Amino acid sequence: MKKFFSLFKKNKATGERNTFLLLGAIITGLMLLMVIVGLFYTPYNPTKMDASAKLQGISLKHIMGTDNMGRDVFSRVMYGSRITVAIATFTIIIGAGIGTIIGALTGYFGGIADEITMRIIDAMLAFPSILLSLVFVSLFGTGTYQVAIALGISFIPSFARIVRGEFLRCKNMDYVEVARLQGVSDIRIIFVHILPNTVGVLLSSVMIGFNNAVLAEAGLSFLGIGAQPPHASLGKMLSDAQGYLFNRPSYVISIGVVIVLMVLGFSFLGEGIKRIK
Amino acid sequence: MGNVILDVTDLHIEFHDHDRPETVVEDFDLMLEEGEIVGIVGESGSGKSMSALAIAGLLKRHALTKKGRIMFDGTDLLTCDRKTLRSYQGDEISMIFQEPMTSLNPVKKIGWQVEESLRIHHKDLDKKERKRRAIEMLTAVGLGDLERPYERYPHELSGGQRQRVMIAAAMIGEPRILIADEPTTALDVTIQAQIVELLRKMNREKGTAIIFISHDLSLIRQICKRVIVMQKGNIVETGSVEEIFKNPQMSYTRKLIAAIPQIDLGDDDLKG
Amino acid sequence: MRYILKKVLSMVLTLIVVSLCVFLAFSLIPGDPVTRMFGTEATPELIAQYREKMGFNDPLLVRYFRWFTSFLQGDMGTSYDYKVPVAGMLAEKIPITLTLAVMSFVIMVIISIPLGIYTAKYENGIIDHIISVINQIIMAIPPFFSGILLTFFFGVILKIFTPGGFVSYTKDLHGFLKYLILPAFAIALPKAAMATKLLRGSVIEEAGKDYTRTAYSRGNTTNAVLYLHVLKNAMIPVITFMGMALADMVAGSIVIEQVFGIPGVSRILLSSINNRDYPVVEAIIMGIAIMVLVINLLVDIIYRIIDPRIEVEE
Repeated sequence: MKKFFSLFKKNKATGERNTFLLLGAIITGLMLLMVIVGLFYTPYNPTKMDASAKLQGISLKHIMGTDNMGRDVFSRVMYGSRITVAIATFTIIIGAGIGTIIGALTGYFGGIADEITMRIIDAMLAFPSILLSLVFVSLFGTGTYQVAIALGISFIPSFARIVRGEFLRCKNMDYVEVARLQGVSDIRIIFVHILPNTVGVLLSSVMIGFNNAVLAEAGLSFLGIGAQPPHASLGKMLSDAQGYLFNRPSYVISIGVVIVLMVLGFSFLGEGIKRIK
Repeated sequence: MGNVILDVTDLHIEFHDHDRPETVVEDFDLMLEEGEIVGIVGESGSGKSMSALAIAGLLKRHALTKKGRIMFDGTDLLTCDRKTLRSYQGDEISMIFQEPMTSLNPVKKIGWQVEESLRIHHKDLDKKERKRRAIEMLTAVGLGDLERPYERYPHELSGGQRQRVMIAAAMIGEPRILIADEPTTALDVTIQAQIVELLRKMNREKGTAIIFISHDLSLIRQICKRVIVMQKGNIVETGSVEEIFKNPQMSYTRKLIAAIPQIDLGDDDLKG
Repeated sequence: MRYILKKVLSMVLTLIVVSLCVFLAFSLIPGDPVTRMFGTEATPELIAQYREKMGFNDPLLVRYFRWFTSFLQGDMGTSYDYKVPVAGMLAEKIPITLTLAVMSFVIMVIISIPLGIYTAKYENGIIDHIISVINQIIMAIPPFFSGILLTFFFGVILKIFTPGGFVSYTKDLHGFLKYLILPAFAIALPKAAMATKLLRGSVIEEAGKDYTRTAYSRGNTTNAVLYLHVLKNAMIPVITFMGMALADMVAGSIVIEQVFGIPGVSRILLSSINNRDYPVVEAIIMGIAIMVLVINLLVDIIYRIIDPRIEVEE
């Protein structure tokens, strides 16, 4: 634990502080806190409308103001972040989960199946991720769950590629050879011996992936084909709020800032972790 | 005794990368006469390459102090301004390096790289004349048989050929001093001998003085008359090659001599 | 030449794979296209008649072949909803989306190359640190939000931009281009931030290589080493990135067109996704796919020009 905290202190040798790690930890911590607290408590009922309090500015009563139906924006943001985080998490579970399995199997066994899979994956990776998501959304239809699945599938190729690379690197290492000589089964070698060694790489890809998932979900919701009512995600809220940019800029900007902070926290964390070594 | 063209006195180099300053070269002296070939020998980390880089004006690290004097043409290369230093680099003082594989720019044509010194220092020459000289130089270093060497890229050549290109680029301005920092270490033995022979030819034909740096005394013996032995940043012994082989003063020098494979010892033919 | 031929061949192969995937995906999803076309007016006889007429009863591969060849000839099928050829629907919109993407690309290049070189040259200087933080922030701002922020800043505060004031290029080319500047910036900024970061790292890495020492030994100035020697090498990874960025920008325009109310391909794509008007969706996706492949081919060719080593490594 002490070692953990020392990461945030000034490095005695170089006199440098890992600002990225510190900022990333603080921002991500605050965001997570907001999501978790939002599960049990919001200052106002996020769906309760109040015709007498439409489009209010920032005040002590409503720290992000109110929306066009008089709902408290901060309460809605707390609620919306939950949806966004949930979809992003689901996306990563599908993408990283299936991607890891594909990458592990193709990387370990190689052969013609590997050739074909990688051809397809390379072709998929050549396309802009938003386009890929749009293809899957149009196949599965719009809706919260469909979007989560569509995003998850479009995240599979990048994870598969990364994990495959790691497996190619590891599969001829001594400890794998030893395990093989001892008669350990391939499946066991893959999941018990090699996979734990790819955790470092996988973890940083998950961080980047999470960010991309948040952005992709927000983008799709913004286009009106992401999470559907009653699941108001941050992207959907932002696109609703955009129309009021001129009457009440604080409404749309505060929602946007929350999205940015969510992404920024993770990207700072990722950058900070890279600089630990 | 010929004219002294380079006079290095009391050269001191210190690195400050770590908590405590680290002295890499101490009290280094070197006098080079016109057309002479001097060897500097020592193990890795003995400071020989650092001294050479200092003379070539290529010590660029921030955390570093240099003291002493490197007199060339009445100018102290250690303290003169960058512009003056640059006017000598590549024109009067050239350098070739240990790694021919990485010392050439991978995305530029050989010809472009060979004639670079002319482009920088002899602006009066036109493109055609530069190219003519570059091709002449490439022929002189033995790449004349190569098909259109001027248009080639480094990756198309072998290590030995690349080192020849480096020599051509270094010699095209007919410098007075050529610093060769382990020029053959990365090459096969047969290629080594060819490169050494080429350097000797350049010395003979153009009268260029050479500072030949190596960890291999047998190579030094093939090409140099005079040698400086370095250890841990200090000069431990200096004198004629014959003297040092016959009567090494320091155990370190004896160790270096002992490190030469037996076949080379007493093989007088190689001395040329 | 053989290299280019090989790349073109591989592109054609990928195109076939992609088109097959797209075609199969949209053919295998549940729902009968003919029923979909006629909606509530559909009668079993009408459906059967049309199925036969439009060749829906043919084997899948025959249908694919027919669809693909007619696509290449410019016949992209007929919209279910509008009953007009898709090609005609898109013809007017494509130039808008493409202009936006190209403008974004130019902006990205103009910003990132000088900044990348500068921050690498003055590595760890104060400006380098400031730019690295700004970069990190910009990369976290999704284009649709930066679009909103830019609208707010230039439209609400400075009042030099009229949101929704789009004019078509057929009416007023100058006004059209002027309106696209802000959206183009919104698309370009995060990519420019990434490209700057990448170029900076690449220049710093190349500057540490042996050949720069050789260049200095010939009497080059720092700038000469940077521009004549390092830059060309450092650009190699950046070009790959920029090619991918251009492809992303074509797709990214879809979102930004929504933010700025630009009637490009985006609107048609979204409404056809929502209404399951598959021929339109297929056509747009294939169109973008072809563009992406062509961009990749161009990147490969530029690569070949810059890096002479490529052919050998193949």
